[in-house]
Amino acid sequence: MNLLDIANSALTSLWANKLRSSLTVLGIVIGVAAVISLMSIGRGAQASITERIQSLGTNLLFVQPGATSFGGIFFGQGSASTLTLDDAYAISDPTAIPSVSAVAPELSTFGDIVFGRENTSTQVLGVTTEYLDVRNLELSTGGFISQGHVTNRSEVAVLGSFTSETLFGLRDPVGQTIRINDRRFTVIGVLDSEGGGPFGQLDDQILVPITTAYYRLASERTTQGDVTVNLISVQVEDEDLMDQAEGEIATLLRLRHRLTSEDDFTINNQQDTLETLEETTDTFVMFLGAIAGISLLVGGIGIMNIMLVSVTERTREIGIRKAMGATRRDILVQFMSEAIVLSIGGGGIGVLAGIALSRLIDGRTLLGQNFETVFSGDIVVLALFVSAAIGLFFGIYPAVRAARQHPIDALRYE
Amino acid sequence: MIVLEGVTKVYSLGAVQVRALDGVDLSINRGEIVAVMGVSGSGKSTLMNILGCLDVPTSGSYSLDGEDVGSLDDDKLAYIRNRKVGFVFQTYNLLPRLTALANVELPLLYGRGRRQRRQRAQEALERVGLADRMRHKPAELSGGQQQRVGIARALVKDPAILLADEPTGNLDSRSSEEIISMLIRLNRDEGITVVVVTHSPEIAARTDRVISMLDGRIVDDTPVDRDR
Repeated sequence: MNLLDIANSALTSLWANKLRSSLTVLGIVIGVAAVISLMSIGRGAQASITERIQSLGTNLLFVQPGATSFGGIFFGQGSASTLTLDDAYAISDPTAIPSVSAVAPELSTFGDIVFGRENTSTQVLGVTTEYLDVRNLELSTGGFISQGHVTNRSEVAVLGSFTSETLFGLRDPVGQTIRINDRRFTVIGVLDSEGGGPFGQLDDQILVPITTAYYRLASERTTQGDVTVNLISVQVEDEDLMDQAEGEIATLLRLRHRLTSEDDFTINNQQDTLETLEETTDTFVMFLGAIAGISLLVGGIGIMNIMLVSVTERTREIGIRKAMGATRRDILVQFMSEAIVLSIGGGGIGVLAGIALSRLIDGRTLLGQNFETVFSGDIVVLALFVSAAIGLFFGIYPAVRAARQHPIDALRYE
Repeated sequence: MIVLEGVTKVYSLGAVQVRALDGVDLSINRGEIVAVMGVSGSGKSTLMNILGCLDVPTSGSYSLDGEDVGSLDDDKLAYIRNRKVGFVFQTYNLLPRLTALANVELPLLYGRGRRQRRQRAQEALERVGLADRMRHKPAELSGGQQQRVGIARALVKDPAILLADEPTGNLDSRSSEEIISMLIRLNRDEGITVVVVTHSPEIAARTDRVISMLDGRIVDDTPVDRDR
């Protein structure tokens, strides 16, 4: 028998039992459609998480001071004051590390802010000019801290959108004078709203020149008189150069700090964070797919069930075919092909149904959740592959039973 | 052509052993038409199954067309059935979903020689006088017509031997006569070897030779004397 004969014979006998065949196919259709739509939803969630992280820039390295411990008590990452503004300038020196495109050191402290009768208490972040670019921020009004402001320790401030609203309401803050810890600062700009991020509420903060923060606001000073920083964000030219840049920064800092054993700083890679998160969400997507896969499995059991019934019903046909010279293999192929036609047919319809369903869900709000779906070809390939495999797996036992029938017994079967 | 020597077939039904065939020696020559008679349980169906390579003897030897087929495996037996044996059944055993033509094509689906399938099946149906019924399904045909489709299916691969197991058992006398005449004509005109199981002495009298069976043995084997 050639392939055409096999397909023809399978379709003919399935067509003879239309209702039964279509119900069996429906089991697979539902399974495949569930796999595709659930995995698209999962991929959609994954994409929106990744997008939020990427909006921060994936080519960032974060250098933090090491942990301090005092009398055996561990104070956590970044509690030491071992990084200085000069370290940041050294990293940004293109002759030292060419792959670094921008460096934004920051020093965070807290301050009481007063404007007129309004007051608030929030994070005051000492930054340099590069901060705006490196952190991908936008100004909604006014200007940003300039190099001159940093050099002159100017008492100027850029407000986060939430802080601006707290202090000024709908009035324009630019040019107004506020008090931070009883020092007068001129507001020169306001940031665009960023929403919540993985690094805290970015809208509720005040940015000032880093030197001003250190000399005028911060409570701690180093003995050497260097300006300390809490965090240095380093922008690398290319994502591929991240590892190289990380190594070079570490070497540079070890030299500058004259370290021989343990590092007094740590470097975190935005790419690593993203990868970890992607691994986690991948597991989540696979988990969703596996749950939907259970219904596919049930559909496969349906195929096996109906094929077993079919083999029993057609025992006489098997006997006739064997008397006419059909080998075991011929009979095996015949019944296997019916099972596979059922499963692949169901898989095909299921793919279309799944695509339609994920299109339908995309961008809609269901049960208070906003769903986004991302559909891709690999899910289709996976679903088709799994449904074909299920047809093979669940079709083989009935087919083997059919092929094993003894021709005489099969011919006599009533 | 067909040579059976000491063929014995033993079935085990639970603890009981049934000797369906008990040392059968038989030879049938090419071009003969032979009737097999006997009460039910006499072993004639078992003999037919072994002749048709649907089953193998427990002991003894069977050679068909010069080939020892007594101890072949399932696939080889399927091949022999496909190439050398044509079956005609009492209940026709046509596949109800297929047309007459597709039923006749069935043996051509298996084994070698798939070329010109449709044409060969059409020719076979023409030989049995059903050229105008090719597209009909078995349910749309009379009993006699269905049996003729059965004969066409048996003939389509030009078998060495045609085995008919009570081919007229389910037919009225007119259709019976048609079928028997056809089998005899195929034997006389085309030289096909025919073995027919029958209960009817009239049919047996029209063959060359009558074999009578009882309890798994051949008790009588006489040529038909046509002059009497």
